[in-house]
Amino acid sequence: MRKTKAFSYQLSAISFRKIKNIFLSLIVLLLIAVCCLLSADVYALDANKKILPNGLTVLHSEKHNLPIVMITVIVKAGLLDESKEKAGLAYLTAELLDEGTKNRKSSEISEEIEFIGAGLGASAGSDYTTITLSVLKKDIEKGFELFSDIILNPVFAQEEIERKRELIKGSLKQREEDPSFLAERSFKKEAFGEHPYGRLVEGSTETLSEITREDLLRFHSKYFIPNNAMLSVVGDLTPAELNSLIKKYLDPWKMAELPERKIHPMNEEKTKKAVKIDRDVTQATIIIGHLGISRDNPDYYAVSVMNYILGSGGFSSRLMQKIRDELGLAYDVRSFFTTSKEKGLFQAEVQTKNESANTATEEILKQIEKIREEKVSDEELSGAKDYLTGSFPRRLDTSRKIADFLATVEFYNLGLDYTEKYASFINAVTKEDVQRVAGKYLDAENFVLIVVANQKKAALKY
Amino acid sequence: MKKFILLIILILLIPLSLSAGVNEYKLDNGLKVLVIEDHKSPLATFQIWYRVGSRDEPAGKSGISHLLEHMMFKGTPKYGSKAFSKMVKKNGGVDNAFTTKDYTMYYQTLASDRIDISIELEADRMQNLILDPKEVIAERNVVMEERRMRYEDDPQNSLYEEVLAAAFKSHSYHWPVIGWMSDISSIERSDLLSHYKAYYSPDNAVVAVSGDVRAEEIIKKITASFGTIPPSSGRTVVTSKEGEQKGERRISLRREAELPYIIAVYHTPSFPHPDSYALEVLGMLLSGGKSSRLYMSIVYEKKLAISASADYSGFNKDPYLFLFDATAAPGKDIKDVENALYAEIEKIKKELPSEREVQKAKNQIEASFVMGQDSIYYQAQIAGMFEMLGSWKLKEQYLENIKKVIPEDISMAAKKYLTEDNRTVGILIPTKVRGEK
Repeated sequence: MRKTKAFSYQLSAISFRKIKNIFLSLIVLLLIAVCCLLSADVYALDANKKILPNGLTVLHSEKHNLPIVMITVIVKAGLLDESKEKAGLAYLTAELLDEGTKNRKSSEISEEIEFIGAGLGASAGSDYTTITLSVLKKDIEKGFELFSDIILNPVFAQEEIERKRELIKGSLKQREEDPSFLAERSFKKEAFGEHPYGRLVEGSTETLSEITREDLLRFHSKYFIPNNAMLSVVGDLTPAELNSLIKKYLDPWKMAELPERKIHPMNEEKTKKAVKIDRDVTQATIIIGHLGISRDNPDYYAVSVMNYILGSGGFSSRLMQKIRDELGLAYDVRSFFTTSKEKGLFQAEVQTKNESANTATEEILKQIEKIREEKVSDEELSGAKDYLTGSFPRRLDTSRKIADFLATVEFYNLGLDYTEKYASFINAVTKEDVQRVAGKYLDAENFVLIVVANQKKAALKY
Repeated sequence: MKKFILLIILILLIPLSLSAGVNEYKLDNGLKVLVIEDHKSPLATFQIWYRVGSRDEPAGKSGISHLLEHMMFKGTPKYGSKAFSKMVKKNGGVDNAFTTKDYTMYYQTLASDRIDISIELEADRMQNLILDPKEVIAERNVVMEERRMRYEDDPQNSLYEEVLAAAFKSHSYHWPVIGWMSDISSIERSDLLSHYKAYYSPDNAVVAVSGDVRAEEIIKKITASFGTIPPSSGRTVVTSKEGEQKGERRISLRREAELPYIIAVYHTPSFPHPDSYALEVLGMLLSGGKSSRLYMSIVYEKKLAISASADYSGFNKDPYLFLFDATAAPGKDIKDVENALYAEIEKIKKELPSEREVQKAKNQIEASFVMGQDSIYYQAQIAGMFEMLGSWKLKEQYLENIKKVIPEDISMAAKKYLTEDNRTVGILIPTKVRGEK
């Protein structure tokens, strides 16, 4: 149920994609050498890694505080691996994993998993597909069996494909009621152009119709192979118990030829464009932005510090201080970099009453200009560094968070000594670096501007 | 004399209760303190709960509790506007606050060795809020933007607001937590000040702390910071009750939207009413996942809706609602969706659910409680929420009574509460959407 029951001081319900992004920007930790136990003392995050003969990477951390087990599998298959004509293929594949296997009907899977009070889910994103299991220790055998079954043996029955396809189309239609969805979709399309990241992971009504059962079977057999995946397990489970589960349920998972990942060309030409979408709304939803950086860009850390000061630091950020606190123009305003395998986006966004659309846009551009031109203060710099380095134990305070974290760190190949390095990378950032990356990765002249509003009232001058 | 007082304080600091990991204390000024030790990571959550929400507001000033919650971040003479939040962030922490119908809660989660920040600054803003008139006006505008974002421009939430207002006539659950737009704009500093003076006092608050802390140290610190704050008086007690509904109420909302949408609500008692456990299990059985009845029947088999759910909202101070909602699939008639919802309701009245189905629903409730324990925030939240409803100890009672629910209880609860006369229905009727560019 989506009804708002409580009202919070700051917006806490942010989209999955944004959560992922924030998570990555704060990441830390991990380490890993084959079969080496690490003790990251304060964070008590002991993980060990091994690669099985079938090529599956396994990350395991024992936590015995509660009788629960949290599992995350990442399969390298996402938006990057589908064609324009069949956009939504990765998403539809993930959605259909638990809708019937060689061993169970769709309804049997949900019945069995819900009877043990467990959670089983699968979803595709830009770079990869995630499958998760949350289960009580006493039911781990059943849970792991179902989890393995949906990854290894989905059948993609035609009836289930049709049903899911219609549900996704319906949901895409309903989401058009949400101005943020409209703005986001339009922004991606304009900023990325033909690149796969410019499309919705769900695809569109048209492309969904193009996907056949053969496409799904082929996609699954090509990408859902152990040497293209990583398994992360955190919780009340010993290595011996994990080994026996893997042996029993993942034995039939066979290594196959690793699919090659294409690099997609990105149009980096600078352009200025404004898109206005007219709706009968009281507020203008505004996004300003352009291409940003990839996760492996060495400037990632300086960008994290810079963007914290500009617009991701909550009430410590300049955008929030100016636009919410001083001007009372918005409830929420923020900026962020989505960083992924390939180059992502920079965007600043705000919702303000139609009549304030010009003022809010102007203020955002002024702040972008300012951080490009003037050095940040000592206080701002130290505040950003203290938060970024000090906040990660909190980001890893449950077994669920750790399981997701281990898998993500492995996917982005963040390195054996990332724990120690992260703090030092952040602490090495200078005011000059902040200004340099602001100059390099922010642009107050050439940008895409999306405004969903009652256009008559907004009367945009852009 | 001083030694004597110290001795008394020390005696008072011996926990009143120590079961299920919760250490309970009560200061002389009435402040209740709950401490849960969990040493798995070097973090702590500090939450302070005030017994005030939209139910306590005077007519014409709806939203005042929520606006005051916003103003609580705007500083005291000692710590300026946003100083608290900035200090928490500087220490790697996170803070926020929530206002509901029944209570208002503020929290910080941060490194456990920085917990003093929370204790000192929460004690400070409990008694020394500035409420600068200029800041009041700016924040009022912020809240109006929040309302535009969450309600005005969201067709489904707009319908929800309409349905609540129709379901409750005399009780203050009639208005939304965020308040009506015209009420928000009429709230002045003096209104906020008297609301603050009446409700923000130690005898109207509960502190819940969990994480890597030692209960005996925490209570000493809390006593030092909060112990001198005097209790308050002058709170109005809301006595209004919603009368029995005698006949279905229907409303419709026509506006720019894509798909028809229905909400149907029924008046129900709240926890810990003896029927509340069966209602909770009923909600889970109807709507707990893809194997649940509503999804299976309306979404999966009949393909009438893209989503259908039920929710027994039982954790409220006063009797509230059992809610259903569903979004029609493209091309489907909302009338058919509505009839399909009622068919499921009639079915459970007539045929007892199987033992296995009931067991599944109970397993889901229990497992989610166990998994939630992994989060220190959740631990404190559960203790605080049950304390708002009477006592944190009710959590055990809740879980035990859920286990006792049998199939007969569920059908009986459906028969008793999910009746046509007790129902308020709202339908969102989409009108045409404008164009692009």
